[in-house]
Amino acid sequence: MAREYALEFDQITKLFGDFKALDKVSLHVLEGSIHAILGENGAGKTTLMNVLFGLYQPDGGRIRINGIETVVRSPRQAMDLGMGMIHQHFMLVETLSVIENIVLGLPGQGIRLSLKEHIDRLSVLSDAFGFEIDPYTEIWKLPIGMRQRVEILKVLYRDADIVILDEPTSVLAPNEIANFLDGLKRLRDNGKTVIFITHKLEEVTAVADRITIMQHGTVTAEKAVSETNTKEMARLMIGRDMVFEDLEKPKMEPGPVAVSVRDLRAQDDRDIEALKGVSFDLQSGEILGVAGVDGNGQRELAEVLTGLRRPSSGNVSVFGQDVSTLSVYDRRHKTHMSFVPEDRQQTGLVLDLPVVKNAMLRDFRIWPFSKHGILHMQNARDMATAWVKRYDIRLRSVDQHARFLSGGNQQKLIFAREIECAPRILVVMQPCKGLDVGAIDAVQRTVLHERARGTAVLYISTELEHILSVCDRIAVMCAGEITGVISPAEATSERVGALMGGISDADAA
Amino acid sequence: MDFLLDTQALTDFLSTSLRLSIPIIFAAVGGVLSERAGVFNISLEGCILAGAFGAAVGAFLSGTPIGGLFLGIAVAACAGMILAGLAVGLGINQLVAGIAINILMLGMTSYLARLILGADATSTLPGFHVIAIPGLSAIPVLGPVLFKQDFLTYLMYATVALAWWFLYKTPWGLNVRAIGDFPVAADSAGISVPGVRLACVMASCMLAGLGGCYLVLSQVFVFTEHMSAGKGFIALAALILGRWNPFGAFLACIFFGLSDALQLRLQFNSPEVPYQLFSMVPFVASFLALVLFAGKVRPPSAIGKKYVRGGK
Repeated sequence: MAREYALEFDQITKLFGDFKALDKVSLHVLEGSIHAILGENGAGKTTLMNVLFGLYQPDGGRIRINGIETVVRSPRQAMDLGMGMIHQHFMLVETLSVIENIVLGLPGQGIRLSLKEHIDRLSVLSDAFGFEIDPYTEIWKLPIGMRQRVEILKVLYRDADIVILDEPTSVLAPNEIANFLDGLKRLRDNGKTVIFITHKLEEVTAVADRITIMQHGTVTAEKAVSETNTKEMARLMIGRDMVFEDLEKPKMEPGPVAVSVRDLRAQDDRDIEALKGVSFDLQSGEILGVAGVDGNGQRELAEVLTGLRRPSSGNVSVFGQDVSTLSVYDRRHKTHMSFVPEDRQQTGLVLDLPVVKNAMLRDFRIWPFSKHGILHMQNARDMATAWVKRYDIRLRSVDQHARFLSGGNQQKLIFAREIECAPRILVVMQPCKGLDVGAIDAVQRTVLHERARGTAVLYISTELEHILSVCDRIAVMCAGEITGVISPAEATSERVGALMGGISDADAA
Repeated sequence: MDFLLDTQALTDFLSTSLRLSIPIIFAAVGGVLSERAGVFNISLEGCILAGAFGAAVGAFLSGTPIGGLFLGIAVAACAGMILAGLAVGLGINQLVAGIAINILMLGMTSYLARLILGADATSTLPGFHVIAIPGLSAIPVLGPVLFKQDFLTYLMYATVALAWWFLYKTPWGLNVRAIGDFPVAADSAGISVPGVRLACVMASCMLAGLGGCYLVLSQVFVFTEHMSAGKGFIALAALILGRWNPFGAFLACIFFGLSDALQLRLQFNSPEVPYQLFSMVPFVASFLALVLFAGKVRPPSAIGKKYVRGGK
């Protein structure tokens, strides 16, 4: 096998102060292969890529591209060397069309913007790789999967031979993922080298040829995917065996009804009815899962429960008391409801405030955070420091801005804040989205711990495996209605698939 | 409104409207460039004043309108450099920086004008002459309105068309639009966000300065303190109404020009009513127009936000 290495990292070290973000990392990527880099958040994957793109200069080690030792000083130079990066957050201007985004910043264009010629060149490219797209559509009109396709085309259009993708599937809907993975294979079959950073084991086994596993800034293994299995990969990634389905879940006798929802209707932001008569009871000490494909009313349900959205009819009562007229503040403090929102960066945290202030966001008006309208920062600092320890939140100091925490640590911070106030009701939405295995495990344990304490938990998620391993009962939503409530034992893929697809038990019978 | 029925009176009215709108058009097109790149240019007002001042001094010293034009643009460019340095370079709040320039220009031009022009401040300065374009100017009503004007008016037509062409038909225009909406994407594509913003702010202030040149060199031929009189702010309203498009801004300015000409006509026809009441018309019109269009326009997303590279 006379295959060359497209890219080699040799003993790369990167320091941030005393912190070794990368410790003698070596990595070898074969030309024309799909190479996965697997690791938890904070393992150094992104830092490594930033070194490759010249955003950071390494403190030691060498990079060889196509066998030639190279010092990369800027992203521009990396592009010229034939490398293209697709970020987790898309670098697309939403108001511009597909072709305008692809052409943006292309060197040597002359004075006139000749989109027509570029479209011709693009269509050759998209035909070759099987990425059809209408070049005149504006980005905001495209679904996420198509936007990612634009990002890939953008990189290919710049003649990249090495395509690097950072957590590419975390933004995709489940039905888009298979399509995307096929796209990766087509790239490889056309001679491109693909590096993709991920923490999803199934995707690695599905498409990757070789894999490098990182943990705490070091490489723990590099091997062919055919020589390993998911159990081994998981162990090499987090340094312990993973808890998949076998979460410790003691039997609980559910208590009184905590939340009772009756015939709830609500409209979404576009004034379309998103909840069409939803009714259910949630008991203390139970976890009720809400499953369903994204966008079937789950978001509106969570918002109505927490008071962020007004229902058009129906009612919500908490321990027998109608809360329809209560404000968000009163719901949180009078009915002891806590909420872990879907979007931790936009809704859950204020990214540009220090961790200590984010920790007090929920209860800053009451003791021990404040008294007579004056904040007691020392108390807040003590509390935050205690939480950081208790929830294993990794950070340099509680004065660090929340922006600089990794996703998993941000989520742990939100959970700490929402749970330390001892809520009686906890609404969590997509709590594990974009998190690595270790963080997912921590989140699920926290939720189960709340259940043991007697909290009523509503667990809204699109990830069925998580719902199955955590919840006591599962309500499946489709098109704004609950199509069925089942126990995990009853949840065969056939049954759940039917409910998600809108075929309720009554229809089936 | 019987003047609208008489051809000669109608021609005069439209001609006045156009002349009144020209300084605003220059400023509004400048504002479009700057705001499409994501920088609020509140200092249009100050830049008009800077341009007017420079034009007056230049024309006075050189004895030619061309001299005035060059100095006018140069003084406005200095204002642009200050704004670009503060808002783009140092990342100071764009509105605060703009307001500072407006105040600075108001005081500085008044002071320096007295110092340089002194006793000659009220004497008529050299200006541009009307050049009728053969053929086109013979069209009834619109001919004399559009094609019997001076050099700066023709320059204005070219400016609007060029600005549109630049924004929508050149790679640089694409860069500008991308930076105004999502600078991170432009940066990752290898475009210098501060560089483009700096160029746009400079161009923006120089265009507003051209508006000031027009006031002095084509309209009144003298410099007076605070002669911009809120035109820069009307230009800001116009570019919103025009949806950040040079042609849209042009049309919105014409609308304000018409309302301004109308109020002059009303002043003239109704001497018994205090004239201040009529002077409010263009401002009330811009107010109403903004209210009517409120919520229907979407500014460039990154406008007003300073750009700092992300990364830990």
